[in-house]
Amino acid sequence: MTSTADVIDDKLLQKRLDKAMFNRRLRAFLLVLPILLFLLVVFIIPIGYFLFQGVYDKTFSSIMPQTTEILSEWDATSEPTEEMFAALAVDMVVARENKTIGKVATRVNRDLPGTRSLFTSTARKVSKLEAPFKESIPDVKDKWNDIEVWQAMKTASRKFTPGYYAAALDLKLKSDGSIVRQDEKRRIHMILMKRTLQISFLVTVFCLLLGYPIAYLLATLPTKTSNLLLILVLLPFWTSILVRTTAWIAMLQAQGVVNDLLVFFGITADDARFSLIYNKLGTLIAMTHILLPFMILPLYSVMKGIPPSYVRAAKSLGATNWTAFWRIYAPQTIPGLGAGAILVFIVAIGYYITPALVGGQEGTMISNTIDGHMRQSLNWNLAAALAGVLMIVVLFLYWLYDRIVGIDNMKLG
Amino acid sequence: MKKVTTLLAAGLAAAVGVANAAETITVVSWGGAYTKSQVEAYHKPWMAATGNTVVSEDYNGGLSEVKAQVEAGNVKWDLIDVELSDAIRGCDEGLLEEINIDDFPAGADGTPAADDFLPGTYTDCAVANIVWSTIFAYDSSKMENGPSTIADFFDTANFPGKRGLRKNPKANLEMALMADGVAADEVYSVLETEEGIERAFAKLDSIKGDVVWWEAGAQPPQLLADGEVAMTTAYNGRIFNAVASEDKPFEIVWDGQIWDLDLWVMPKGAPNKEAAMEFMKYSTGTEALAAQASWISYGPARKSSSPLVGSFHNKPELEMAGHMPTAPDNLKNALQNNFDFWADNQDQLNEQFNAWLAQ
Amino acid sequence: MSENNPLVRFKNVQKSYDGKILVVKDLNLDVETGEFLTMLGPSGSGKTTCLMMLAGFEPATHGEIYLNERPINNVPPHKRGIGMVFQNYALFPHMTVAENLAFPLEVRKMSKSEREQRVKRALDMVQLGEFGNRRPAQLSGGQQQRVAVARALVFDPELVLMDEPLGALDKNLREQMQYEIKHIHENLGVTVVYVTHDQSEALTMSNRIAVFNDGVIQQLAPPDDLYERPDNAFVAQFIGENNKLRGSVADIDGEYCVVQTTEGVPIYAMAVNVSQRGDESTLSLRPERVVVNPEPGSVPNIFDAEVLELIYLGDHIRTRVALLGRDDFIIKVPNSADHAFLREGEIVSVGWLQQDCRALDA
Repeated sequence: MTSTADVIDDKLLQKRLDKAMFNRRLRAFLLVLPILLFLLVVFIIPIGYFLFQGVYDKTFSSIMPQTTEILSEWDATSEPTEEMFAALAVDMVVARENKTIGKVATRVNRDLPGTRSLFTSTARKVSKLEAPFKESIPDVKDKWNDIEVWQAMKTASRKFTPGYYAAALDLKLKSDGSIVRQDEKRRIHMILMKRTLQISFLVTVFCLLLGYPIAYLLATLPTKTSNLLLILVLLPFWTSILVRTTAWIAMLQAQGVVNDLLVFFGITADDARFSLIYNKLGTLIAMTHILLPFMILPLYSVMKGIPPSYVRAAKSLGATNWTAFWRIYAPQTIPGLGAGAILVFIVAIGYYITPALVGGQEGTMISNTIDGHMRQSLNWNLAAALAGVLMIVVLFLYWLYDRIVGIDNMKLG
Repeated sequence: MKKVTTLLAAGLAAAVGVANAAETITVVSWGGAYTKSQVEAYHKPWMAATGNTVVSEDYNGGLSEVKAQVEAGNVKWDLIDVELSDAIRGCDEGLLEEINIDDFPAGADGTPAADDFLPGTYTDCAVANIVWSTIFAYDSSKMENGPSTIADFFDTANFPGKRGLRKNPKANLEMALMADGVAADEVYSVLETEEGIERAFAKLDSIKGDVVWWEAGAQPPQLLADGEVAMTTAYNGRIFNAVASEDKPFEIVWDGQIWDLDLWVMPKGAPNKEAAMEFMKYSTGTEALAAQASWISYGPARKSSSPLVGSFHNKPELEMAGHMPTAPDNLKNALQNNFDFWADNQDQLNEQFNAWLAQ
Repeated sequence: MSENNPLVRFKNVQKSYDGKILVVKDLNLDVETGEFLTMLGPSGSGKTTCLMMLAGFEPATHGEIYLNERPINNVPPHKRGIGMVFQNYALFPHMTVAENLAFPLEVRKMSKSEREQRVKRALDMVQLGEFGNRRPAQLSGGQQQRVAVARALVFDPELVLMDEPLGALDKNLREQMQYEIKHIHENLGVTVVYVTHDQSEALTMSNRIAVFNDGVIQQLAPPDDLYERPDNAFVAQFIGENNKLRGSVADIDGEYCVVQTTEGVPIYAMAVNVSQRGDESTLSLRPERVVVNPEPGSVPNIFDAEVLELIYLGDHIRTRVALLGRDDFIIKVPNSADHAFLREGEIVSVGWLQQDCRALDA
C-alpha cells in the first residue's frame, strides 16, 4: 500500500518538477534566443547556403526551361533533333532579351571550353532565324552540329549536380552521368590541396618549435618583464599582414638584408645569393612569423596555470631537470599545445595573401584558387565546392585530433 | 501660353539644377596613381562645374562585388572602372546598365562620338576612357645593350637574369607565341588550337626556372628597382610613373605589347543613375581624356584627344605623346587583347597554367 | 637516535631574495633523527623559506645546511633524497595514483616488480589500496592528501618535508589527517620537518616546535613547554589564548617578581623575561588558569571583575570581564558539575596562582 502511494507521489513529484523546470528552461531559452538567431543568421545560414551552391546550380535550367525539358529525354548519344533545336531557339530569344544569355554561356563554357562565344554570337542572330532550326542554327556556327555541345548542355541542365565537387577533386562529370579523371594537364586541385596541407603542417611544426620556448620564457619570467615581452609578441599582431609580408620581402629577397649580410660576411658570393623568397621557403618563413602568436598565446596561458610545485615535486622525488620537464611539465602543456597547433593549422590552411605575395610558383595554396574563382572567374559554385572539400578535410583532421589527443583536452586560454 | 511654357521650363530647369546640386555619386576605380589621374582630370573639374560631389572608392577589379550588389538588390556604386572582359561579361549576364554611344557628346573637332572613339572601345554597356598596355621593361642602368624585341625577353642566354611575369596565363601565352615568331595578328588563331597552346607553354617552359611571379600591378617596378629581376612584364603606366616621378632608369620595350581597355560601366540599378551618366559623358569627353593623359601614360580612347595631349603635369619637358600605348611607334608590333578568346578559354587555361606551375 | 649527530643542521643560515632584506636571519637549528619538528609562524616569518632551502629549491645566501653531516648547499634537489609534501599536494594530474607513486621509484630505476610491491604497500599504508587506477582529480581532498604523503614516503627517504599540507582541508578532515600523519611518523620512524601557521596543528603533531617570527626562531621547545612556558610575549601571544596585562617590575627575587600595573596594583608573577626592577613587562595569563570565586588566601592575586559577556561553548563558558581597567580579559569557566553560574553585569572575584602568571618582555 505504501509502495502504491509512493508511486503516485513520484509521478506527482515528477510533474511538479517538470513544470517548475519548464518555466526555467523556457526563460533560459528565451534569453539565449537572440544569440541563437544571430549565430543562425551570420554563420549557419550563409555558410550552409554557400556550401549548397557546390551541388546546386539552376542557371541553365531556369534560363533555358524548354531546352532543359527536352534534353532530359535525350539519350545523349543520338543526333540532336529538330525539336531540340527549336527549343534552343525559343529559349535563346528570351534569354537574349532578358540579357541572361551570358550566364548560360558562362555555365556551359565551364564544362566545354570555347562555347561561350558560340552562345553569345548565336543569340545575337537567333531572333532572325527561321525553321527548320536544325539547319538555320548551325548555319550561324557549325559547331552546333557537334554533339559535345549538346552533351555539355545536358550536363549543365541538371539542377543538382556532383559536377563541382567532382571538379574540386580533379574529376570530370560526363554527360552520361559517369565521373572520370580530369585531363592530366588540368589536374591542379589535388596538387594544391596536398601542398596546402603540407605547408600548413610545416608552419604548425615551426610555430611549435619557436613558440614553445618563448611561451615558457614568458610564463616563467617575473610579470613585469614578461608583460613587456608579451607586448613584443603581440606587436606584429597589431600590424597589417600586408606590411609584415612586405617586410619579409625586404628582408629575404636576393638584394635584401639577409643576403646582403651573407655577402658582406663572405658566406656567399655576390652572384650566388640565396633564393629565400618567392618559393616555398619564403612562404614558410613569412607564415610562421605571422602565425606565431596563435601558438604562443594558448601555450602561455596554459603554462602560466601550471604551478611551479609540480616540477619541484618531481625533483624532490628524484627526477633530473630533463626528466621533470619531459615527464611532468611537457605533458601538462598538451592542452595549450593542442589548441595552438589547431589554431595555427586551421588559420594556415585558409591563408592566401601571404602565399600570393611571397609564394612564387611553389607557394600557391588552395585558398588562392578559391579566391580566383570568387573574384575573377566568378565560378562561385566551384569555389563553394573547393571550400566544401577544404572544410571536410579540416573536419576530418579535427576528428583525427579528437581521437588522438582529445578535444576536451584543449585549452584556448 | 508661350510665356507660361517658358516659365515652366525655367522652373523645371531650376528644380533639376537644385536636384543635381544635391547629388553625390560613388565612382569606383583601381586606386593609386591611376585613380589620382582620374580625380585630377575628371572628378575635380566636374565637381567644380556641376556642384555635385564624387566619392572615390578603390577596388581590386573583377565583377564579384558588382554581382553581389546587383543580386542582393542593394547597389551602392554608381560607376565602375573595369577591364574589357568584365565589361562584356557583366553586360551579358545582365549586371550592367545599357548605354547608347550616340548620347555621348561629339569630339572637340565635331566628329560624332561613335566615330571619335577608337574602334572597339565602346560596347552595349561600357565606354572606354583609356588604353593601357602590358609591356616589358628593364633597368637600363644595369644593362648596357638592353633588349629590344619580345624575343629578347625569352632569351636568357644573351640577356641573363631573372624575369618577372604575372602569375596568370593572360598576356604570357600571347607574348610567348610572339617571341616564338608568331605574327601579332595570328596569335589568337594559333592559340585556338591545342598545338598552339602547347607551343606557348613550351616557350614559357624555356624560362620557367628564371621567373619571379608577380600578382599586383605595384610589384613589377619594385622588383626592377630591387634588382630582383633583370626584366619584367608590367603595366606601362606603372613603369612610366616610376620613371617620371621617381627618376628610375627603367626602359620600356614596346615590341610585342598587348593593349587593352579600361571602361566605365554602370551597375544595374545604380542609385544616382542620372548624375552618374552625366559624369560618364563628361569624363569621356575630348578634354577630360586629354587632361588625364598628363597625369598617367595611358592613351585616351578618343581620337580627338590625341592632338591635345601635352606634357607630364609637373615636368613640362616630358612630352607624354611618345609614352602612350597608342603612339604610332609603339603600335608597330602590338596585339589587342582578345576578349572573346579569354572568355571562352580562361577557366581551362587557368587550370592548365596552374598545373604547369605546380609541376 | 643520537643526540650528537643531528640529521639536519642549519648553521648561520641567512636568506635574502632582493639583496636588501633578510628573510631568514642567522638561523641555527638541529633536527634530530626520527623527530617531528614543526616550523610555526605567521606568513612571512621565514619558515617556508627555510624549508625550501632544505629541499634545495632556494639557495642559502649565507651559511651552510648539513644533511647527515654532509654540506648540501651545492647538491641539487633531486640528489638530496628528501621526500616532500606540498601545500597543494602537487600530484601529477596526467598520471594515475599508482603512476604518481611509482614515479620516484621509476627515476631510481627500480625493477617493475619491486615498484609494484612498494606502491601497493604505500597505498595500503594510507588506506587507498583500491584507488591506484584513479586520476588525482577523481579523489577527494583528503584522499589526495594521503596520496601526497604516500608518494613522499614511497622511496623510503630519511627525511620528509611537509609544507602546510593540511591547509586546504576542512576542519574535521584536518584533525583526522593530523593523527594519521602522526601515526605514520611514529610507525615508520622517519624524520619530519613540518611547516604550518596553525598553532593547534603544531601542538598536536610535533615533538618540537620552532616558532618563527621576522626571520628568527623565537623559541624552540616541545609543545607543552611552549604553551605553558612561553619565552617571550610573541610566543605567548601566538600559541594559544592569552590575557595580557602591562606594568613594570616593582620587585624581583630569583624566579619570582612583583609587577605593578599602570593603575598601581601589584601582581605576583614568575620572572621569565625580566631581570631588574623598573623593567617594562607584559604579563601573560592563560584564560583557563583564572579561578572564579577563589577561597581567600588560596591564590596571591585576587581582584574584583565585572562580567561583561558570556558565551556558551559546550565544554566551557567563555567569559569576558572588566578587570584592572581592561575590558578584554577572558576567563574560561569549565563546564564542570560544580562550576560557578555567572550573570552578565554581576561583580565577581577572580584570582590566579603566581606560577600561572608570567612576566615577559614588554
